[in-house]
Amino acid sequence: MSNSPAPFEPKIVAFCCYYCAYAAADLAGSMRLQYPANVRLIEMPCTGKTDVRVLLEAFENGADGVYVAGCLEGDCHFLKGNIRAKKRVQYAKKLLDEIGIGGERLEMFNLSGSMGPRFAEIAQEFTEKIRKLGPNPLKKTGTFPGEMPEERVAHDK
Amino acid sequence: MIVAEAKPLEEIADLLGEVRKILVVGCGGCVTVCLAGGEKEVGIIAAALRMMYKKNGKELETLEVTLTRQCDPEYVEMLEKYITDDVDCILSLACGVGVQFLAERYNKWVVPALNTKFAGGTIEHGVWEERCGLCGECILHKTGGICPIIRCSKSILNGPCGGSQNGRCEVNKDIPCAWQLIYDRLKALNKLELLLEIQPPKDWSKARDGGPRKVVREDVRIE
Repeated sequence: MSNSPAPFEPKIVAFCCYYCAYAAADLAGSMRLQYPANVRLIEMPCTGKTDVRVLLEAFENGADGVYVAGCLEGDCHFLKGNIRAKKRVQYAKKLLDEIGIGGERLEMFNLSGSMGPRFAEIAQEFTEKIRKLGPNPLKKTGTFPGEMPEERVAHDK
Repeated sequence: MIVAEAKPLEEIADLLGEVRKILVVGCGGCVTVCLAGGEKEVGIIAAALRMMYKKNGKELETLEVTLTRQCDPEYVEMLEKYITDDVDCILSLACGVGVQFLAERYNKWVVPALNTKFAGGTIEHGVWEERCGLCGECILHKTGGICPIIRCSKSILNGPCGGSQNGRCEVNKDIPCAWQLIYDRLKALNKLELLLEIQPPKDWSKARDGGPRKVVREDVRIE
């Protein structure tokens, strides 16, 4: 058996709008498209529900990357929810920079419910991006709820 | 309302320095309305600070409480049960008044998380503007409800000055000339004759020039 450490597998949380990204994820599944298992989806009624506090909480609880996926601009079911989400994501990115986690670990994407392949592509691209950035900097100094110590050892290496 | 704005996170962390446990106290009054120091902002600042400390290899425990108002002793009193020996510091998300009330009441080090800006109002969601100079002697009845003390850059009482151009202030073209606004308003109200009265120099002793102010209502004092 090889002694090389396990490759870093990022934990990614995706806040998905029920009317687009969540439906697109469903479609990606129906189409049997492969996308990384690193992405954990959270369904939202609209990305207008995006809360800076919740985005920060994801990072505090050990997420390596977070993205918010909403409808295409101009297509929001509630008219402006995705535009508001975009501004809140911008604000949270600034906070993450100040904290030292790095705003690049948080992104906003726009897609429609029929864009299953695009959903898989976003999941793939974002996972790759976070894989390159490495683990959430908080992991070097502490543990997270529900995290196995072995996993942390792998990250630290 | 009193409008305030959060200090940059890094500055707050610098002010706190070496602490292990802090009490983050929000205020349900003005700073909740101007989205600077309410329950939600308490949650955000506390989480951000915990992460900042954790990143630097330090543990920071935060207790989060939001009082109805920090400028009233009866609410400040409610904080007592949270002030334990192991709390190193109180981080107040209130205006300067709230910070001082906490500092006066408790024998703890109190750090302000906000910069208190002005007395103003909401122009639109997310935009607040200064409206009152707290001068202590209101003259809005003479100026059509537009305050020359705070909205005129020079606070002049018999305006406009020569710097008023096309309705804008010479200080910054984004600032409307208060005296132009006053003129337009009085004209619309058919009360331009109010401007014929020359205003004498203002008695600034009723403002900050007279030192810290106090209002006493004997009829409502309990003892």
